[in-house]
Amino acid sequence: MSEQNSSINNTELVEISHLKKWFPVQQNFLDQILAGHIDYVRAVDDVSLTIKRGEAFGLAGESGSGKTTLGRLAIGLEKLTEGKVLFDGIDLSSLNQEELRKLRRRMQVIFQDPMASLNPRMSLGDSIAHGLKIHYPEKAAEHRDITFNIMEKVGLTPPHFFFTKFPHQISGGQRQRVVIARALITNPDLILADEPIAMADVSVRALLLELMVKLKNELNLTYLFITHDLATAKYICDRIGILYLGRLAEMGDLREVYGHPLHPYTQALMEAVPVPNPHKRRTKVMPAGEIPNPINPPSGCRFHPRCPIAQEICSQSEPELRSLRQEHMVACHFAEQFL
Amino acid sequence: MNSKENILVQVKNLSVNYLTRLGAVSAVDDVTFDIYHGEILGLVGESGCGKSTLGKALMRMIMPPAKISQGEIIFDGENVMKFDQKQLRDFRGRRISMIFQDPMTSLNPVQRVDEHLIEAIQVHEPQTAIEKAMERVKTLIERLGIQERRLRDYPHQLSGGMRQRVMIALGLVLNANLIIADEATTSLDVIVEAKLVDQLREIRDEFGLAILMITHNIALVAEIADRIAVMYAGQIVEMGDITDVFDNPLHPYTKGLLNSVPSIKLDEREELYKMGGEPPNLSHPPSGCRFHPRCLEAMPLCSRFCPTLEEIAPGQWVHCWLYQDHPQKERSTTKVTL
Repeated sequence: MSEQNSSINNTELVEISHLKKWFPVQQNFLDQILAGHIDYVRAVDDVSLTIKRGEAFGLAGESGSGKTTLGRLAIGLEKLTEGKVLFDGIDLSSLNQEELRKLRRRMQVIFQDPMASLNPRMSLGDSIAHGLKIHYPEKAAEHRDITFNIMEKVGLTPPHFFFTKFPHQISGGQRQRVVIARALITNPDLILADEPIAMADVSVRALLLELMVKLKNELNLTYLFITHDLATAKYICDRIGILYLGRLAEMGDLREVYGHPLHPYTQALMEAVPVPNPHKRRTKVMPAGEIPNPINPPSGCRFHPRCPIAQEICSQSEPELRSLRQEHMVACHFAEQFL
Repeated sequence: MNSKENILVQVKNLSVNYLTRLGAVSAVDDVTFDIYHGEILGLVGESGCGKSTLGKALMRMIMPPAKISQGEIIFDGENVMKFDQKQLRDFRGRRISMIFQDPMTSLNPVQRVDEHLIEAIQVHEPQTAIEKAMERVKTLIERLGIQERRLRDYPHQLSGGMRQRVMIALGLVLNANLIIADEATTSLDVIVEAKLVDQLREIRDEFGLAILMITHNIALVAEIADRIAVMYAGQIVEMGDITDVFDNPLHPYTKGLLNSVPSIKLDEREELYKMGGEPPNLSHPPSGCRFHPRCLEAMPLCSRFCPTLEEIAPGQWVHCWLYQDHPQKERSTTKVTL
């Protein structure tokens, strides 16, 4: 692990502070003039978090909660509106395109759909080795060995068999392994995994999860694991942040948050996840409504219209994320009652 | 409750093939099962196992290049395979109704919600006056928790959960006996999904209809179903009462599958079972039992002969040689006592 370029504190790999990303609804100038104002989708609205080296940080939330946007911001794939993202002490928004491209070697992405993220006309070997050609052109002679090595690590064995195959010739689980191998080839520090196993079948999923945990330990990786599936997150994440409408509702050590959820939204989410045990069927009633429109989020606490314990203050003032237990933060005015 | 008289649908030896250039793909292979009046039957399987094809086959909605190559479907005493086009049109919608994963592609984007529902009534019951139909629609939609004013909305104005409830309303408005929900909650967020599941159960209790819940989500089936049927590679490998199958799965695939489902409870399932291999390509299914290449308990005969779905314990059906006798079997047959 490279220690020389880390600044003040090298236990934190990613530091996000007061990050905002607002997407304009009226995208072109004419529409903006005609509307007389600009509406914004507040995809990420004032989020602060840190990801420590070597941990798997889970980012969970429903569709439209901003989890994917936040992930993309964290590795500079998206331009931020406000706030700051530090990667190993380096401010991403201070970098130009070329510098950012060089830094990308250290942060790689795994997307949900392996078929969509692999070039159908490129052999698997070429796809996996592509990052080497871009970042290490001088080591061309070693590329094949490095590629074979990583293919063996992710379970694409024998590598020479898969090297010349094309994406359509292999199974879904193998494709996801190719995508993982491709992400690992440049020896990154951070992996952004955006729903990496959501498309895989249940019987294949457990093996992929195990592989990701194994690789993390072997290669000392840091994961930013984005998922809508809280049950899966339990098997890979060390810490978790629950997003609701662009803001963190709760964050902390995974076992701590799952064991004592303090935010009414997290409690509802945990309750809603079906449990594979017919003897433990859910009896609680779910909160009303669906996730509101992020263009005009509710005032005060964004969850208040659906919240079972909401009071007047909840619609007026926005609760801050505060520490209520060790390794456990929550953004709710009335979370004390759940302690 | 699950007696012979209580059977709503009987499926016997049903097979569906997709005729492709590369040969026939046997998506549903010799499947036999019953659906009882008023029950929720969960049909689970991984992608490509044929569960959706089976669901469509029950409505005879199999289009070329696919074909029902053999089998019988008896719905409430009538042989669906013998229906002509006119009978089929009456059968679909009025007796049996289907909800798909994406309601946006099932609803007409330029038709308002009430128009959808009234059209459904008028097509199947032309004698009903519009006012009467409207009244029915209003009571039903309110029962499903949608405000009356939303009836004048277009599908795109509704939220995902509401659209799916409109689809349910379309099934209920004609008093269908069976609703087939094919991944109906899959595109919804967990909280909305949980509410829809509650609603499906209430509807079943209130209207007494049967629901065939087709899904890849085994935990969801554990949450809602009375019985479960597990499909693998075009065949039902195990079927039975939900608690029996979860407490005591018999087929090696069911065992592995149930143990590989993640659980959110901290004290449950610390480790997931990691099943080797992947589901087969059905254009060249494995010989004999289709699960044998992934099966840890496979015997020599498993690759040569295909077992049948047999009732091993009362109400629990298994498609596996471990529990069946065969002259060439080397091991003794496992007897199950419950």
